[in-house]
Order: sequence, then structure tokens, then C-alpha cells
Amino acid sequence: MAEFLMPSLGADMEVGTILEWMVKVGDPINRGDIIAVVDTEKATIEVEVFQTGIVEAILVPVGEKVPVGTALAMIREAAAAAIPAQPLRPAAALPVMVPRPSIVSVTPTPAVELVSATKAPPSPPIFITRPSMTHRPRISPLARRLASELHVDIASVHGTGPGGAIGKSDIERAARMPAEAPARPSTQLVERRAPMAKSEVTPADRQAAMRRAIAAAMSRSKHEIPHYYLGTSIDMSAALAWLQAENQRRSVTDRILYSVLLLKAVALAVREVPEVNGFWIANGIKLSQAVHVGLAIALRQGGLIAPAIHDVDQKSIDEIMTSLRDLVKRVRLGVLRSSEVADATITVSSLGEQGVESVFGVIYPPQVALVGFGKIVERPWAVNGMLGVRPIMMASLAGDHRVSDGHRGGLFLAAINRLLQDPEKLCGTTKSKP
Amino acid sequence: MTANSNPTRITYREAMRQALRDALIRDPRVFLMGEDIGRYGGCYAVTKGLLDEFGPDRIRDTPLSESAFVGTGIGAAIGGMRPIVEIMTVNFSLLALDQIVNNAATILHMSGGQINVPLVIRMTTGAGRQLAAQHSHSLEGWYAHIPGIKVITPATIADARGMLWTALEDPDPVLIFEHNALYNMEAELAPDAGPVDIDKAVVRRVGTEASLITYGGSLWKVLQAADELAQAGIEVDVLDLRSLRPLDTAAICDSVSRTHRAVIVDEGWRSGSIAAEISARITEGAFYELDAPVVRVCSAEVPIPYPKHLEDAALPQVATIVQAVRQMVSAHG
Amino acid sequence: MTPEDISKQPSLNRDHGMMLLREMLLIRRFEEKCAELYSATKIRGFLHLYVGEEAVAVGAMQSLEKDDAIVATYREHGHALARGVAPTAIMAEMYGKQEGCSRGRGGSMHLFDAATRFYGGNAIVGGGLPVAVGLALADKLQGRNRVTACFFGEGAVAEGEFHESMNLAALWKLPVLFCCENNLYAMGTALKRSESEVDLCLKASSYEIPAWPVDGMDVIACEEAARRACLAVRSGTGPSFLEFRTYRFRAHSMFDPQLYREKQEVEEWKKRDPIIGLQQRMQEEGLLEDSEVKALEDEVAAVIEAAVAFAENGAWEPITDLTRFVYSEKPPV
Repeated sequence: MAEFLMPSLGADMEVGTILEWMVKVGDPINRGDIIAVVDTEKATIEVEVFQTGIVEAILVPVGEKVPVGTALAMIREAAAAAIPAQPLRPAAALPVMVPRPSIVSVTPTPAVELVSATKAPPSPPIFITRPSMTHRPRISPLARRLASELHVDIASVHGTGPGGAIGKSDIERAARMPAEAPARPSTQLVERRAPMAKSEVTPADRQAAMRRAIAAAMSRSKHEIPHYYLGTSIDMSAALAWLQAENQRRSVTDRILYSVLLLKAVALAVREVPEVNGFWIANGIKLSQAVHVGLAIALRQGGLIAPAIHDVDQKSIDEIMTSLRDLVKRVRLGVLRSSEVADATITVSSLGEQGVESVFGVIYPPQVALVGFGKIVERPWAVNGMLGVRPIMMASLAGDHRVSDGHRGGLFLAAINRLLQDPEKLCGTTKSKP
Repeated sequence: MTANSNPTRITYREAMRQALRDALIRDPRVFLMGEDIGRYGGCYAVTKGLLDEFGPDRIRDTPLSESAFVGTGIGAAIGGMRPIVEIMTVNFSLLALDQIVNNAATILHMSGGQINVPLVIRMTTGAGRQLAAQHSHSLEGWYAHIPGIKVITPATIADARGMLWTALEDPDPVLIFEHNALYNMEAELAPDAGPVDIDKAVVRRVGTEASLITYGGSLWKVLQAADELAQAGIEVDVLDLRSLRPLDTAAICDSVSRTHRAVIVDEGWRSGSIAAEISARITEGAFYELDAPVVRVCSAEVPIPYPKHLEDAALPQVATIVQAVRQMVSAHG
Repeated sequence: MTPEDISKQPSLNRDHGMMLLREMLLIRRFEEKCAELYSATKIRGFLHLYVGEEAVAVGAMQSLEKDDAIVATYREHGHALARGVAPTAIMAEMYGKQEGCSRGRGGSMHLFDAATRFYGGNAIVGGGLPVAVGLALADKLQGRNRVTACFFGEGAVAEGEFHESMNLAALWKLPVLFCCENNLYAMGTALKRSESEVDLCLKASSYEIPAWPVDGMDVIACEEAARRACLAVRSGTGPSFLEFRTYRFRAHSMFDPQLYREKQEVEEWKKRDPIIGLQQRMQEEGLLEDSEVKALEDEVAAVIEAAVAFAENGAWEPITDLTRFVYSEKPPV
């Protein structure tokens, strides 16, 4: 029997509300099926299930808000081998110890990679009681005491412990937060959208909740991640020329946006500099084999979401385009899959449309890099000693200095640049790359 | 005894032997009883040579009658002697439970304070030598449950040398548990090393990230784990309990108040273990200092199996201790 | 030990006879009073009465010196009284008052009195035997010529502790007088239903311990047997064993419906009532008048009345003292 838990759909998600169950007791389900629609503070997400079997019980009704990690349903699994949870689920948001009344083994999370000569014996079982269904904050006694001493409002604190539990470090961080003046590109991003948001009819508290969530995530990122920034100017003439020629051959519906080339270039560059692709989880680096590129997309109602296109390095240009189109559409509609929201291994922020020339972003924890692309601008450019005008795009990298350094980051940007100079090769890559 | 006062390197076994010899010389009321302690020299060779030196009246080989010779120890103690009874291992002590729990622990109380029992019982405890289910118990936690007796667990050579003295001076029954893995351990000790207390815990290593609370044979695994953790930047406090009854609650709470995270390492089985008692005391005494639930690393809930890989998997190991600490620190960073 | 010693008969002179009679009567009436008080809920818990068996304790006690030791069972009121523990202290202990001989902490089954070397009062069948062996060992090791008398029922011979203790006492030649009170029933189980070999003396002698059966309903016979056995024990040749064949007229305890024995059997044994037996013998020999019997009864009644009054007026130990007497409050000598 397997439990289906409220998934973490983002580093800053603490709770979720079931809006709709897509299955009922007795229904068969397969891995990948949508089992429920969950409302988080930022978006409505279609949540997929990773088990195959029969729905045995529904534990949490529609409308109930529960913390991440709460058991939502019971699934009697088919005889197939137990399907492991997606290996790249950021452990910081996924509870290490799940709240169940039964005995569970605590399997080592990606964070705890130990090199041991002998096989590490199974962890001792940990008995955890089911969290109450009332909205009682998960907070350690020490943290609660500190919050009182430091005059921190617990309700406003984002907990980084299991199941979103608030610990001492979260309170200390919250206590320091008001002192930092927000003057960063990321908030500029949000603020730029604000005028548009005002004209929209949106529930004010939803917006406020989203702001809080973004604020929490961004400040956490800036607080914890030692960012370094690199920028490089990329001559896009070859890429644009190729794109123009390519699109002319295609029907309107099949045309490719230049962003697709950027995504592909990023994905292939990752192969050369893998340190920008993955996570920093609890004092340890966990790089990712797969390349799921998150794309920062502005939401109509304000705010930002960065869902991932999976396996960009292996997809063809057409596939990426299709994914991109589909993704953007569904983002606008507010309907995303949980795996899309959670799985980005590196994020791209492309604000050329807004006329921003260079982007120096804030890394989305627990990722370790953010690539920014600015507007393509015609600029004077020297080539072979001669002056000309070229479409120049600023590409930037925000890197986590714990994981990569300027040298490697520089190589990464250089690789993107190089790849974009040969669009034929870039786009001719077939999908069946090992 | 050597004339010079420079520390010499001795084993735990040798330290215990010195302690026994010292007691036999110092106090004519002291005598030893146990199986194979005389002619055989002791199952763990602790009493080797003592028969020759002190004679069969004071070094008494007993028949295989745990209940009788423990009860005899009780009666002899009441009668004015200072017997040191050796029960070969804690596994065999089960045959003497009636005498220990129903007599040694209770006579003072049942007599309204008239009659005390100044008895010392030494037992070997613990697993790790592929001796299977009946020879691998760690029941010192069980004994620590009983009011009226004292339970101590010397884990260092200084303690092996010094705790016996203090135990003999105690007017009430003291049970000394010696983990079988410790006998060959070596360290330096001054030849004139004297008695040490039998009721206080000692911090063996100072740290800030977590309190590792343990005793007996597990201490050395914990210290090794602490070294490994230090290399990963996690400095832990290591508290050697030394006494399980009484438990040094003040020292436990003090350590947890400094680190805010506790991991208890105990070779007993988890359920109803001394680790459970310590966890309860931490909740009682240091609740508002806790930043994470108390973690226990204990033996798996299985009679100790014979094959090495299973026995190793059943017992707390350096790797599991390290893993538990890392997991806790990462989840509650 | 001379042949004269062995053949010397205890004299049934008048004073001696009166003393024996008074002692037995005191026990009888005391026990009867306890039954009455138990029914009136003044005494709680378990109550095991010695009615019918008085000759054994009284007879055996005559050969014990002031500094000999006694270990008994939960049916020990008679032994305590015969030993000289004050009836007031015993009754207060039955009530649970702090003036009791065990400070009220023990109750009926745990009478202790250090001054008379009365070491309980043990509720575990066979549990006292190893302690008795230890007391004897202490005497031997310290060069004291003392006897440790150990009273136990025939039920104890089924327990391992009996065999271990007998063997150890014999092996080490310890001065223990093993007094087995065979009243034919271990609670509800007849001896012949629990022992393959019901000859208890044969069991004892298999441990190379001299053993004699004794008519436990005849106080003179008990006295004589104990005298001879104590001589043997004091000679240093090792333990002795006496099987006192006796019978309890009342149930095992207050709860027992006595379904395991026939009423007729009880009536048969009552005809051999030790008190009536001695009384009759003395009267036949012209050593006792009826009026003197009455005077004895009155005297005994007064003692018991005073004991009850003492207990009634006694104090309950303050609850704040609850956790005292778990560990010694003063260091031992």
C-alpha cells in the first residue's frame, strides 16, 4: 500500500488545498496520471501520481488546506516494482520524515550521500505522528521561544525543516529580513509587472500570498546563496539569420521562436559545464544528469513562475517549441503539472520582450544557476577589425559560488555563445542523444 | 605497582584487574565469586593471576548457579563482607534476576532502612562477536529501570580502573557493565590513578551542532563518528553517561541546551530502551531548547543474528551514527 | 561434640515446658487475631498464617543463639515472635504503620529485624536460601562460629534456587541449618503431585548434607532435632538439613478456599495440635493445671491486645518520605 502525499511544488510551498479529486475510490491509476488539482499560493497545479494501482482511499477532502507531505490518498500498488520518487525532487521542500502513523524507514535523501566501504545499514525507523489537520504551525520548541524573544511573527516565517517545519535558523533569518532593502533585479521584475496587475481583476489576497511566497523564496535565495555574476555579449546574427530562413520554410503554426534556440543552447552548454545544472541541498551538491530547463514566465495576475521543460538537451527544436507553446498557454491558464513546477534543474529568464538589455537574476533555490537573456539590440560591433552593426544580446549567468566559480561560469557562457554561432549544428542535434 | 608516576599504557582488562587487585589488597572484607574466575583466570581473563595471589577463600570459583552465588553475595554483604560477584555475562544474569531484583534491590527498603546490601556485581555485556541471540544482550538499560540498585558502564580505562573502588564504598548494590569490545582497548593511565565518581556523565568531545549521548561500548563508535562528522564541518558534543542509574540528567540537558539537537546511541533495542528514558528526560528538562525531535540510534528489533553482515546491520555502527546526525542536521539546519 | 552431648535429652521440666507452651500459644492467638483483623480490613495484602505449625519455629528457635541469623518465608510471623521480635512491632508492621519492624514498608511478608538478626520475610519461594548461604559464608570468612537458620516450605525444593543453595553450602561447608517445613501443600499443590521423589531428606543427603525427618507437631521433638543439628553445624563440618513434618490448619492464605484437601484430613491433623499435645503431656506429667492454662491464655491475650492497641495508635509514614530507603542514607561501617 502506498501513500500519495501532498507534493512540494516549489521551494517555497508550505501548504496546498485540494480543489478537485480526479479519481475516486476504486479507480485504477497509472504513473503520470493526474490525480488531483491542487491550489497553492501561486498557482493551480494538476498533480500527477507516481504509483500505478488502484485508489484505495481518499484521505483529504476538497477544500482542505494541508501541509506539504500530508497523506492525501492511499493507493494499492500493482505488482510492478515500487516506483521511486523522482530523483530530482528538491529535498529541501520534500519532507525527509513523512508524517505517518506507521513505522517508516528513513531512506537516505539525496542530501546525505555517504561514502562508506560497507553498505550502510538501513536507517533506524523513525516514528512520527500524523500532523493534526488543524492549521497548527510546525515549529520546534526552540524556534517558538526564539520567535517570541525576537518578536518574529511565526505566521510570516517560511520553514525549511521537514514538512515546512520552522526551526531556529528560519526564525533568525526572519529576524534579520526587515533590515535588507530590496533593490534587486528580481523584485524589479515583479514590480515591472505591477502596473499591469493593477488593472486586472485578481483576488487581492491571492496576489498578496504570491508576493509573500516570492519574497520568501527570493530573500532566502539571496541570503543563502553566494551569487556571482557574469555577463557576455552574444552576436545573434547567425542565429537570427538561420531562424529567419528556417521559419520561412515552415507554416505559421510551426514557426520557431528564437527563445527555443536559447533554451537549446543552454541545455547543450550544460553538458560542457555540468556544475550549473542541479541543486545545492543541505551542505551538499547534487548535480543533475537530466537537463530540465525552467523558463521564468510572468503571470498575468502578477508574479513569476518558472516551470520546466524536461530533457531539453534531448529534445529537438520542434519538440522544445511545442513544449514551450503548451507550457506558456497553460501557465496563462494557471494549469500546470506538479512535475513541471518542481523539476527545473536550471532556469532561464528571458526578458528581451520587455526591452531589458541585461538580466541579473536571483537563483531559484535549490538550483545553482540562473541564465538571463536580454533584449536583442542592434549595436556597433567589431568583426575582423571592421566595424559593423550586429544584433547583440546580453547573456548573463547568476551562479552559486558554492558549486561553480567564475572560471567555470565563464566557460558556460562561452559555450552558449559558441553554440549560438552555429545554429545549424545546434538545431540539427537529434533527440536520441545518449 | 610501579614506582614511577609516568603514565603507562594498559588495557581495559588490565585496568579492571588492577582495580580488583587493589580492592583485595586494601580491604580484607573484599572477596570475589564467579564462574571460572580462579583456576581458569576469568572468561575474559580479567581475574587472571588473582587466585595465586589471594588464595581460594578470596577468589572463589562457583558452580554454575547464578542465582545461588548472587544470593550468596547478597547474604555475605549483609553479613559484613564486601563481595564482588562476577556474572560471566549479562545473558546469564537472567538466571539471577530474582536475587538481584527481588532481594538486592529491595532488602533495604523492605526492612525499612535497617539492612543494606553493599554488593558489587560485575557483568560483561554487548554484542559484536557473532555469538548469536543468547550471548549478545545489552540489558543494562533493563537493570537501570530498578530502584534500589545502581548501574554503571565504564567506557574508558580510567573509569575501568577507578569506578570499582567507588562502587565498593557504596553501601548499596552496584552493577558494573563492561562491554566485551572494550577489554583489549589500550590507553595511558597513571599508575596511581585513583577512584572516580560513579554518578556523573562526562563530555568527551565538545561541539555545537548536536549532542551525541551514549555510554559503554558505543562511546568509541560515537567518537569515531564525531571525527568523521568534523571533517564534514559538523562538530558534535559527545556525552559519556558513565552511569545509567542514576542518570546525569543535568549533564544531558546542559549539552542539549547548547546544541539544540540530540542523538542518543544505545546498543539496547529501541523499544523501552534507556535511550527512550533519556529522550523523555530531554523532553522534560530541555524541551524549549529543542530545534528537532530527539533521534535514537539503537539496535534493530531483532534477536542478534549470527552472520557478521546481519549482526553488523543490527547494531549501531559508525556509519549509521554519522548518517543519523547528518540527516538531522540537514533537516533541521 | 561428645556422645554425651548427642544423647542429652531436652528436659521437660515445668518452666521449660511453660515457656514452650506460652510461646506457641502466643503465636496461635496472634495469628488468630491477625485473621480477625484482616477480615476487618485492618490488615491488607496477603496474610499467611502459621496456625498448626507453631512447634517448628518454637522448637527450632531454642537452639539458636542471640547472634545467629534467621532467614524465613512469607509465613514468618511465628518465627519472628519466637525469635523475640516485639509483638507490638510485628503488629504495627501488619498494619503498615511506621512503628512496624520494617517501618511499615514490608507488611506481613517482609518482617525484618536487624537487632535479632531476623532477615525476613521473603515472598519468593526459595528466594531466601541463597541469602542464607551468603550470611553463613560471611561468618565463615570472618571466623565467626554462628549458625544461619533458613526456614522454607517443601514447595521450595522444586525451585532451582534450593538445589543451587544446598549444593553451594555443602561444597563450601557453610554453617547453614536448612529447616524445611513440610506441611504437605505448596499453596494448593500436594507434594506428591509436584515431586518425583517426595523423600526430602533423601534429596538433601544427595548433596552430602546430613538430613533428619522430624515430627513437626511435637515441639520437644523439634527442639531436640534442632539441638543436634545445630551442634553439627557449629562443629564446622558444613550444613545440616531438617525436614519438619507438620501441617497448617488454616488455608494457605486468607483467599484460599482449600479445594485441594479434604476436610477430614485437616480434622485428623488437628488431633495432633502441637499446643494441645504439649498441654496434655504436661498435664499428664502433673506439670500443668487448668487454671494455669487459663492464666497463660489471659497473659497472651493481654500481650496481643497491647500489640493491637500499639498498631492502632501508630502513625502512617508521611508520603513525603516515600522515596526514602531506596538507597542508604548513611555510609556503611
